[in-house]
Amino acid sequence: MNKNKNKNKNKITKALILGLGLSFATTSFTAFAANVPEGTKLAAKQELVRGNGNEVASLDPHKTEGVPESHVIRDLLEGLVNQDADGNTIPGVAERWETPDNKTFTFYLRQDAKWSNGDPVTADDFVYSFQRVVDPATASPYSWFLEMTSMTNAADIIAGKKDKSTLGVKAIDTHTFQVHLEHAAPYFVMMMGHTTVKPVHKATVEKFGDKWTKPENFVGNGAFVLNNWVVNERIEMVPNKFYWDNAKTVLTKVTFLPIENQVAEMNRFLSGELDFTYEVSNEHFRRLKKDHPESLQIKGSLCTYYYNFNTHKKPFDDVRVRKAISYAIDRNIVTDALLGQGQKPAYFLTPEIIAGFSPELPAYGKMTQNERNTTAKKLLAEAGYNKSNPLKFSLLYNTSENHKKLAVAIASMWKKTLGVEVTLENQEWKTYLETKKQGNFEASRAGWCGDYNEPSTFTSLMEGSNTTGGIHYQSAAYDELIKRGIEATSAEERTQLYYAQEAQLAKDMPIAPIYQYVQTRLVNPHVGGYAANNAEDKLYSKDMYIIAE
Amino acid sequence: MFKFILKRVIEAIPTLLILITISFFLMRFAPGSPFSSERTLPPQVMENINAKYGLDKPVMEQYTTYLSNVLQGDLGPSFKYKDFTVNELVATALPVSAKIGAVAFVFAVFFGVGIGTIAALRQNTWLDYSVMSTAMIGIVMPSFVLAPVLIYLFSITLGWFPAGGWLDGSAKYMVLPVLGMSMMYVATFARITRGSMIETLNSNFIRTARAKGLSFSYIVLHHALKPAMLPVVSYMGPAFVGIITGSVVIETIFGLPGIGKLFVNAAFNRDYSLVMGITILIGLLFILFNAIVDILLAYVDPKIRF
Amino acid sequence: MLTKKQNIDAIDSFSENLEIEGRSLWKDARIRFMRNKAAMVSLVILCVITLAVIFVPMVAEFSYDDTDWYALHQAPSMVHLFGTDSLGRDLFVRTFIGGRISLMVGILGALVAVVIGTVYGATSGFIGGKIDRMMMRILEILYSIPFMFLVIVLVTFFGRNIVLIFVAIGAIAWLDMARIVRGQTLSLRNKEFIEAAHVCGVSNWNIIRRHIIPNVLGIVAVYSTLLIPSMILTESFLSFLGLGVQEPMTSWGALLQEGAQTMEIAIWQIAFPAAMMVITLFCFNYIGDGLRDALDPKDR
Repeated sequence: MNKNKNKNKNKITKALILGLGLSFATTSFTAFAANVPEGTKLAAKQELVRGNGNEVASLDPHKTEGVPESHVIRDLLEGLVNQDADGNTIPGVAERWETPDNKTFTFYLRQDAKWSNGDPVTADDFVYSFQRVVDPATASPYSWFLEMTSMTNAADIIAGKKDKSTLGVKAIDTHTFQVHLEHAAPYFVMMMGHTTVKPVHKATVEKFGDKWTKPENFVGNGAFVLNNWVVNERIEMVPNKFYWDNAKTVLTKVTFLPIENQVAEMNRFLSGELDFTYEVSNEHFRRLKKDHPESLQIKGSLCTYYYNFNTHKKPFDDVRVRKAISYAIDRNIVTDALLGQGQKPAYFLTPEIIAGFSPELPAYGKMTQNERNTTAKKLLAEAGYNKSNPLKFSLLYNTSENHKKLAVAIASMWKKTLGVEVTLENQEWKTYLETKKQGNFEASRAGWCGDYNEPSTFTSLMEGSNTTGGIHYQSAAYDELIKRGIEATSAEERTQLYYAQEAQLAKDMPIAPIYQYVQTRLVNPHVGGYAANNAEDKLYSKDMYIIAE
Repeated sequence: MFKFILKRVIEAIPTLLILITISFFLMRFAPGSPFSSERTLPPQVMENINAKYGLDKPVMEQYTTYLSNVLQGDLGPSFKYKDFTVNELVATALPVSAKIGAVAFVFAVFFGVGIGTIAALRQNTWLDYSVMSTAMIGIVMPSFVLAPVLIYLFSITLGWFPAGGWLDGSAKYMVLPVLGMSMMYVATFARITRGSMIETLNSNFIRTARAKGLSFSYIVLHHALKPAMLPVVSYMGPAFVGIITGSVVIETIFGLPGIGKLFVNAAFNRDYSLVMGITILIGLLFILFNAIVDILLAYVDPKIRF
Repeated sequence: MLTKKQNIDAIDSFSENLEIEGRSLWKDARIRFMRNKAAMVSLVILCVITLAVIFVPMVAEFSYDDTDWYALHQAPSMVHLFGTDSLGRDLFVRTFIGGRISLMVGILGALVAVVIGTVYGATSGFIGGKIDRMMMRILEILYSIPFMFLVIVLVTFFGRNIVLIFVAIGAIAWLDMARIVRGQTLSLRNKEFIEAAHVCGVSNWNIIRRHIIPNVLGIVAVYSTLLIPSMILTESFLSFLGLGVQEPMTSWGALLQEGAQTMEIAIWQIAFPAAMMVITLFCFNYIGDGLRDALDPKDR
């Protein structure tokens, strides 16, 4: 998922289809909204101002792909399911659901779900919305999301071979919605929390076309409704009085401010104009920890930072060189001295925070840095590099203070330990993407954030056909392990295969994992209901409230 | 006068045409596309998107389509901000930049010319040195340094002005951005005015006037100021366009929805139509203000004819 | 009695003597410039700075890319005179080494502006009419072309190359100057001495060279000193696009950019590079003023 240009961003991948072991059969939870603890004194003014990184590209859920968009749309539109503060899937518009075989899913919608103009939210709305996602005329950049679920005919419709009406969705009655998949996907319900599968109001979209998201036209079914939108300045929303759970909404107004510059964002927080920030500048972290410890919120994040090697090109076609370069990175320096917000060193691709799996530390991760350095020197010498024939390569990164800092630091480690001569090469985002696509690099910075909370969102990244990572690796052995993972029938077997995949990566070293991200924010202590444990950072404004000082 | 304007309007057409052509193809030569992202989209999806925005056609055809749309005043849909057309985006951003820009410009000219004149009249005295040294700080201190300092002082410490935002564009949101933006121009105008004024004061006709016993202040106001303004006026053209189209640094730091930020983001996002739209706008502004400057030049020195 | 031959010889030698005694514009200017104390002091300081940015990094204790994980963000001390940056690199040596590229870019930008801008502006203003209008329309186009794409395309086609920095800087440096010089020239064109030269049959080029340009040099000198800081900052923008200096090498513009991010926690990271830049610019400034005074034809 596109977080911003600095971090990374990925998307749901093929392995999404494979299941997690649990399937949802006729599940039901109690609704969750702003549950204000007893004895909390609420402030008179219930207005929340959130920093939101980049300006949103669109508020049409079928035209977006980034994180800032998801944050805003999460408040404006409600899908079949939501997440609670800890990241568990809970009912949204669908009150309950059932599936006999993980291929056919029936969702029972709540009777009282309404659009912000008073119309009821019906199964037809979902049929229309799902068809709209795959309709070539919509040109949704995330249309492949439905293709990945293996929804019947989705792929053919996107390719223009079939009509959108053939999509495997059906309104059994006004409040019963059914989906058909071609392959079993126990994971499917969890996927229905995604931005791409939010419903849109048919009459409004058809009447206004591309302009339906303008505040004067907007009709949504979320807890809030769009009130004002000035590009590059602010998005304002007020409670949707027709929302089924509106009684529990505490806030009277939510404002999203697009502020790209972290220092500018911090300044606005410190001057009291923002209730919480989108991120925190690395250089300022220590000072903030000292001066404003009560405002710092740090939580683990489902992301890994790594360098990838172009294994098709010299010098990284030699596994010894890849290993030597990876070993010589002192990850503890990176996480403790250079970052120091609680990031953890990474020796594997899948971060430890992932649900239901704890990656094993590979052999080189258990060594001390001195041992690693010694091994690295030996490997490099074996590969034929020495003082008279030093290894030279260039390291590509996209322009950003943090990437620059790490690249300089790590290049300096390589130089000191191995005598390697590294040329740093920065490019602005789009040029960087093009260079990587063309394979015009030797080593490059990269990062990955999980789309869903399961290891395959990471391991499938290095699969040979994956255009972000695996394309520069392309190992038949690894692809075989991925395939077996998809076909695995038991959770136990699948977990073993994830271990095997990680072991294969440690053996071939197509990437050098560096650290595991954290999500750091400044959150004003008067904000209640901030979901500090949601690993996917799904924050619902409807769960938040302002505490009286 | 009418003939002058007519000529300029006629000349503007080929000028803009060349500008559009060069910019259009320059942009297409740059690597990356508006829809490229970390994970390459499946070919069918990419095709759908390209078809929707007309990028599937040959470049020459795209170019001619674009030209004919522009002639009808349609700058097309934005490739990045999919809910808006370029016309809409420019229409919201331009007034913000223009408002801040106009105030900053007047501020810069007024103080710049004032400081420069005083420094010139007291050439090589402590007043000259101190005033001009202060002005130099405006030149040396880039806005990305100055703006955070202003915010730290006036927003975080004193709490007088907001640290950013625009809202309704009321005065309190404008003070800091205007200061941050105009300091460099104040300094530049001051330097140019001072140099030009000294030169003018040394010229023969001023000496004659002084010999005639006219009071010094009368001479400065009635004889020297106008000719000394010549280079100042010449510089006003580029300065005005520079100020009015906004400063990306100031707009980013203060969170203002202006043209400068819109333009730079559009370029980074390869939002072709938005980049083109703003390029045309900037071109138009240059043509317009250079024409105004030419009229002003003729006013400052009546002998100048075009 | 002198022969005719002797006669001619005498006249020749007399006129030769005359020429030796007659002071050219340039010689005159030099003498007057030397008498300007502020300008001369600035020139000396500038020479010292130039030598320092060349030689200090060679002899300094630390290298510009030496990282030290145990000395991150250190305040100035006897070990690190200017403190260290976020990677523990010595800012003293980085500030000096950063001056290399910045001084080059600044001076080159100013030079391009002076040469191309002055000639272009003077030609346009002096010839006037259709040529003037055409030349000004070209200028408007150059002003409006999105500079960022020009840079990105340059990098794409020619790769990363130090020469390209100068091409990119040169491409934009002279535009304002051309406008200003043209304005001055329009006014000068109608002056009696220019008309006199015209009537005498002096060629256009010679009028521009001998009469127009010397008369606009004053404002040219002032404006070119103003250009230097903006060129130094433009260079850091180029680095952002992947042109310009690359880490671990640095420039004043890059140091300022980084320093601005950490002003609240490590003021020295911006203070020292900024101070160096300020001193340099003041020097350029006074040299500019000195040149202006020295070159002013009306003062002779």
